[in-house]
Amino acid sequence: MIMQPASTEITSRTAAIIQELKGLEGPLLPILHGIQEEFGHVPKDALPVIAEALNISRAEVHGVVSFYHDYRSHPAGRHVLKLCQAESCQSMGSDAIAAKLKQLLGIGFHETTRDGSVTLEPVYCLGLCACSPAAMLDGEVIGRLNDEKLDEIVAEVRS
Amino acid sequence: MNIKADFPALIEEIDYGTPQSKAQKQVTLNVDGRSITVPEGTSIMRAAMEGGVEIPKLCATDMLDSFGSCRVCLVEIEGRGGTPASCTTPVGEGMIVRTQTERLDAIRRGVMELYVSDHPSGWNEQAGTGASEFDAVAKSIGLTENRYGIEGRNHVKPEGGVAPGHGSLAVDYIARDESNPYFTYDASQCIVCSRCVRACEEVQGTFALTIEGRGFESRVSAGMHEAFIDSECVSCGACVQACPTDALREKTVLAKGLPERSAVTTCAYCGVGCSFKAEVKDDEVIRMMPYKEGKANHGHSCVKGRFAYGYATHKDRILSPMIREKVTDPWREVSWEEAIAHTAKEFRRIQYQYGRTAIGGITSSRCTNEETYLVQKMVRQGFRNNNVDTCARVCHSPTGYGLGQTYGTSAGTQDFDSVDFTDVAVIIGANPASAHPVFASRLKKRLRQGAKLIVLDPRRTEMVKSAHIEADYHLPLKPGTNVAVLTALAHVIVTEGLFDEAFIRERCDWTEFQDWASFVALPENSPETVGKLSGVDPELIRGAARLYATGGNGAIYYGLGVTEHSQGSTTVMAIANLAMATGNIGRPGVGVNPLRGQNNVQGSCDMGSFPHELPGYRHISGEAVRDIYETLWGVKLDDEPGLRIPNMLDAAVDGSFRGIYIQGEDILQSDPDTKHVAAGLAAMECVVVHDLFLNETANYAHVFLPGSTFLEKDGTFTNAERRINMVRKVLEPKARYADWEATQELARAIGLDWNYEHPSQIMDEIAMTTPSFAGVSFELLDRVGSVQWPCNEKAPLGTPIMHIDAFVRGKGKFIRTEYVATDERTGPRFPLLLTTGRILSQYNVGAQTRRTDNSMWHSEDRLEIHPHDAENRGLRDGDWVRLTSRSGETTLRALITDRVSPGVVYTTFHHPDTQANVITTDFSDWATNCPEYKVTAVQVGASNGPSEWQRDYDEQARNSRRIAKLEAAE
Repeated sequence: MIMQPASTEITSRTAAIIQELKGLEGPLLPILHGIQEEFGHVPKDALPVIAEALNISRAEVHGVVSFYHDYRSHPAGRHVLKLCQAESCQSMGSDAIAAKLKQLLGIGFHETTRDGSVTLEPVYCLGLCACSPAAMLDGEVIGRLNDEKLDEIVAEVRS
Repeated sequence: MNIKADFPALIEEIDYGTPQSKAQKQVTLNVDGRSITVPEGTSIMRAAMEGGVEIPKLCATDMLDSFGSCRVCLVEIEGRGGTPASCTTPVGEGMIVRTQTERLDAIRRGVMELYVSDHPSGWNEQAGTGASEFDAVAKSIGLTENRYGIEGRNHVKPEGGVAPGHGSLAVDYIARDESNPYFTYDASQCIVCSRCVRACEEVQGTFALTIEGRGFESRVSAGMHEAFIDSECVSCGACVQACPTDALREKTVLAKGLPERSAVTTCAYCGVGCSFKAEVKDDEVIRMMPYKEGKANHGHSCVKGRFAYGYATHKDRILSPMIREKVTDPWREVSWEEAIAHTAKEFRRIQYQYGRTAIGGITSSRCTNEETYLVQKMVRQGFRNNNVDTCARVCHSPTGYGLGQTYGTSAGTQDFDSVDFTDVAVIIGANPASAHPVFASRLKKRLRQGAKLIVLDPRRTEMVKSAHIEADYHLPLKPGTNVAVLTALAHVIVTEGLFDEAFIRERCDWTEFQDWASFVALPENSPETVGKLSGVDPELIRGAARLYATGGNGAIYYGLGVTEHSQGSTTVMAIANLAMATGNIGRPGVGVNPLRGQNNVQGSCDMGSFPHELPGYRHISGEAVRDIYETLWGVKLDDEPGLRIPNMLDAAVDGSFRGIYIQGEDILQSDPDTKHVAAGLAAMECVVVHDLFLNETANYAHVFLPGSTFLEKDGTFTNAERRINMVRKVLEPKARYADWEATQELARAIGLDWNYEHPSQIMDEIAMTTPSFAGVSFELLDRVGSVQWPCNEKAPLGTPIMHIDAFVRGKGKFIRTEYVATDERTGPRFPLLLTTGRILSQYNVGAQTRRTDNSMWHSEDRLEIHPHDAENRGLRDGDWVRLTSRSGETTLRALITDRVSPGVVYTTFHHPDTQANVITTDFSDWATNCPEYKVTAVQVGASNGPSEWQRDYDEQARNSRRIAKLEAAE
């Protein structure tokens, strides 16, 4: 199980990150990246701290965080697998790939396996259309997905 | 009078879609064959509407900047490709625009089809009113089919408890948010046009709303996906007003249907004086809709004005006159005739027994100008003395005195629109975000455009720092040191040569200036010396002074934190000096602006409510002035000033003052030293309270006359910018008489020959006798909406900005402002300083707002205390604490916060059981007797519950509110 840090700890660690990045022009996105790096997600308790420090409203911070799928509200699994569902990949059978993957992992999109090993997410274009269908595992792109590659991926994330 | 005939229909204001352009240059274009000329920078949408061509729109409204997201307002422009949005495209010279073509129709239908596919329709519980702007646009576009079906993901409630994201249908359904007492948020009706979000940001300046998520998941969210009530929302209602669907809708409208008729009237809460359309159905107010033509508010409002009118129909309202022999007796309901006759007889008896001056009256800042005028007229003409005073005594009397002495008028110098031209705003002893919210929104908007802000306040108020605004200087001065700090600001301006010599030489008396300058330049007035006694960093004082003097148009806004001090009048003069020394008087964007507390406190002062002044601030000793009234009223007027409220109470205790008529004021709760007020009232033989409710003062009353709300009468209110606004009757008085009629009945009963049939006749009398009102009439107000006095031959449409070429008194007068510390000092027994203020959702003593759902936001008064002071005393947040001063003690719960400095505690005074004025002392302003509410030395300690006084008081109040069961019918 991944332990959630206590809210006072979130506050102090968030404040340190804000302090470091506050001077940037348009500091909100870098701060959110910093927080996600620190905690593996953007804890809700961090948002009022950011709002106060940047003198904007809680609503505004929430609007930005929720707009970007990459900012997570909960910690992800140890691995993050993103499967492209955009036009090119769809035309090359990514629907079937998705169904297969879901079955192999036993989870749906936006879900994490119970053992915390992997989180599965849809993504809309990785810029790898020439190698459709494509995926991205922990930041590394994988092209021309097929059954063997899926098995390899599953083996890797389960290991 | 049949009022229904007076209001034939609902007033519909035109929505031009985008704000007005302020450009001078005119541009002519052609829209659908019509030639239209508008200022440069106007949107095509607005130009078309001004020319009578309505372009369908969803995300545009003229309260907000254009956004261009709904894709419904598209047009074709000759010579240009594509179909640009008319809201974001500015007009061009010679442009030829078409708003109705087959291509446009097809696009609009396509867009609407998509909207409708995810939107419930029809009139039912799920679909709201079925009469929203959205419904109207769908109708006008003539949508006949929907290829996508209507079972949208957003609005069809999933069956069998399918969790979001897991059903095949209605995956994004969200339950309605009913948490706000006044409006509902139903996400399923939302079309994500962002009008609410933009209204919250651009108009209100709170930024409580956002669009969360993206794509199909985009929703309006209050705060961080919170319920509205828990979010940053201040319930101003701008979002509800902006919403083109029924996603955000007033609960009254959903429950009772749309209003049927309306009249433009003026809010009866604070001194901003917002204009509203009171919208009514079946003799019930459905909603108060801010009126865009209103010059104080331009279509905006706060939670009080828009929503907190429920007191008007609250069950506590007393609708029958009542009398009793002794205040320990239960009340007995009687007819108006009996109550009036009884009162007249008692007043006559008291005057016969104890002398002409043994009775008096108090006018109300809540009532209309006409009503106030009548009360002082009754006192002067009927009681034949000058024992008339008003609640302005306890708030802004020093403003009247201080500005009168320095400039020659007892009022603010600007209109509210002036703030749009301000470069440096200075707020002194005021918290407009709570007490004058609509003005605060306008100021915040200007600050977001780049204006600078200086705040002098013991507390870190919302104006010091909140979303997107932050004061450049906050001077957290110790309560009671205003004069010292303001004089120190002057010291910097003078010694650093930052004053405006040309202005001073032209507009003021140069020798008086030199005298004043030599005084403020003394070392004892330097920031370094003053810093020690006020607790303000001298560098902050220097910085603030430099900014105000050199930052462009400097405007000072101040409140009761200035006036309610033993040196209140001196502080007002110090403010006036600063503005004169820097040349910040007599043009847009500058000036000295008292933020007046009550809807008509300016008016009640104008109307001759003070014991030494006839209407228009003319001293009672002036023979020429008395002559005007003596001729008209046919009596000889007393040429000696009468008693002020505190003097009336003193005289009552002494036995020489025995009867009083109090219209619409709760002196027991709002005046200082509650025990003394109670003793004074208890000593009188006939106390007449004319009010909506059995207020605290009524516990000591012998006669109760039921009052009328602002919805039940015609008249005028004068706001803080001297603007005379119309109040219009939308409902018949529930207790038979409007207040002016009741006063007239009483005046007749004591033998005066009054025959006013309508308040307009009273205004005519005011205009006839008062030079600054000479041009005012209801006919003029009906025609032009409102005017700011002086309104006379020289200024037939009123005077937005005063002292333009010369001060009213001739030369502006510099007056030395020596700092004299208040006698109220801290010491070992009382080491903390208590200061008081208000909160957004409640209003003054709370007689009205406590009787509305506004109490959801503030159900009790709390004592704000700094963590250090709390720690020392072993107090935790929420603990009951005893608050003790030299005058008395009370208990309330603590709120630990660093908004207040160490050594300072703060509370509000909205709830009668708190009895904050049991604590306050009887020190008062040297010139006007305005009580020193803002400084009391206190001690705070742990407590188990209510004090003895609170318990005794409760008991007494319960007893004195008893109403006897009505005996058999007469």
